[in-house]
Amino acid sequence: MSVLLEAKGIGKRFGGVQALKDVSLTIREKEIYGLIGPNGAGKTTFFNVLTGLYAKDGGEVHFAGAPLELGSPHRVAAAGIARTFQNIRLFGNMTARENVMVGRHLRTSAGVFGAILRTRAQRTEEAAIRRSASELLRYVGIAHRADDLARHLSYGDQRRLEIARALATEPKLLALDEPAAGMNATETAALRELIAGLRADGLTVLLIEHDVKLVMGLCDRVAVLDHGEKIAEDVPAAVRADPKVIEAYLGTSAH
Amino acid sequence: MNRKNFGIALIALALLVLPLVLTQVGTAWVRIANLAILFVFLSLGLNIVVGMAGLLDLGYVAFYAVGAYTWALLASPHFDLHLPFWAILPLGALLACVAGAVLGAPTLRLRGDYLAIVTLGFGEIVRIFMNNLSAPFNVTNGPKGITRIDGFAVGGLDFRATDRFLGIDFSGPAKYYYVLLLLLLFVIVVNLRLQDSRIGRAWVAIREDEVAAKAAGINTRNVKLLAFAMGASFGGIAGGMFAAMQGFVSPESFVLQESVMILAMVVLGGMGNVWGVIAGALLLSFVPEFLRYTVEPAQQALFGRLLVEPEVLRMLVFGAALVLTMRFRPAGLWPESRHKREMREVRE
Repeated sequence: MSVLLEAKGIGKRFGGVQALKDVSLTIREKEIYGLIGPNGAGKTTFFNVLTGLYAKDGGEVHFAGAPLELGSPHRVAAAGIARTFQNIRLFGNMTARENVMVGRHLRTSAGVFGAILRTRAQRTEEAAIRRSASELLRYVGIAHRADDLARHLSYGDQRRLEIARALATEPKLLALDEPAAGMNATETAALRELIAGLRADGLTVLLIEHDVKLVMGLCDRVAVLDHGEKIAEDVPAAVRADPKVIEAYLGTSAH
Repeated sequence: MNRKNFGIALIALALLVLPLVLTQVGTAWVRIANLAILFVFLSLGLNIVVGMAGLLDLGYVAFYAVGAYTWALLASPHFDLHLPFWAILPLGALLACVAGAVLGAPTLRLRGDYLAIVTLGFGEIVRIFMNNLSAPFNVTNGPKGITRIDGFAVGGLDFRATDRFLGIDFSGPAKYYYVLLLLLLFVIVVNLRLQDSRIGRAWVAIREDEVAAKAAGINTRNVKLLAFAMGASFGGIAGGMFAAMQGFVSPESFVLQESVMILAMVVLGGMGNVWGVIAGALLLSFVPEFLRYTVEPAQQALFGRLLVEPEVLRMLVFGAALVLTMRFRPAGLWPESRHKREMREVRE
């Protein structure tokens, strides 16, 4: 399997806190790659650096065979990395469909003049945006809520909507930040099915998760962060047995 | 003809005969109607920046000034230039656009209160520039302003003189009214179409959650600059028409209070909703004028003498009306459907 994303020596410092220390990892095409670690290990920081929300202090990222210029989120999205947020961030006062339509912004081009003149090209594009938004809503299973405000959707549906909006940018890599957080068992099971389906449809998924059971069952490979450093990277079974990982989660055993 | 079309036809007819009716009451009222339309322009422009993109702009009157001075300088004896309207009006819009981008560029990282302060400063800077740009080279003629500005003219038709068509006298202001109405139609169509477009959605997305908008692939820098520039261009057109109608501009017309007034129109009418904003602009333009003409006679009739200066009472009533509206209809008189739902929930 070929490599989709290669991060080398990523570092990030907030004042005196070294949030990420020389983190390197490799994500292969069409795999579900899990990133786990105790609270405050630097998972979300890594995510934010990778998607351009935070400026990195060191290291580099290669994505899909080219160096990825971090630092502007929309360029990262244009390169093909889409993300969701740990605390869901939707456009609350827009409908579900409009949220997904915003996701199409990147792959469409109509400008002010097209909109004012309602050119044929603009109308065709607008119809296509609408159509693909409806398709994506159906794909994630919330087509029946298309015209409801995003803020009125249930928690699980909001997660799905966020994924649909991310998918609208036509990503090669979908980065999910704790998608199962706050979900009940049924919702988690449904989410798991959705993520597995995404991979089956050819997408690569980077998954940050607290729910170890979900990660172990779903991911092809898992990396573990602790205090900003990668302490393990392997298939789930091997990671689970790794003493360093056990120590990070459960603390040092008494000698 | 179905009911909707019938309604539209009725409104169109009413708008067309309005200046003729107002002329009977007094030509001053036609002028008031014209100024009201200019304020609708300004409010719709500001609505793009504040209502759609959620960027609080307190210096919007600066773009009005840019448009007005563009017309004043290029069509007056001041530089002895007399360019036609089809050259100046688009140029004024373009220069206002540039001014909008100039204001937008350094404020991209600011939001809310901080943005409001910077834009407020920008508005003042433009006004003070106009006030002082009379030396060493006399560009704006300083506080004295520019006089004897050319009016709007198409071919040989001068919009200041009274003309007789079909046996009806059309005064200067009445003719301006029709030009403004035509321009207004254009501005409304532009607004409605932008609202429902890829760019309009991007503006609203930034208003809703800027971080999420970035992550969803929106180049927030460009899209915000576009909002500033588009909003400003409406101000530029309004400014040009203002200069043509008044025949005189001076920095005094472009004070902070004007910016605040335009913002009040947008907020009162209903941020983000084109029709609400129009209603807000018309209301806040007409009500004070109406009070100006009724306060004095009303007091004379009630008390037999003038107790309170009309100007004072006018602003008092006006302020109270604003407070009451915000208290009982916080999302504006005619809110954007999105805002309306939001506010209703807050109250529940």
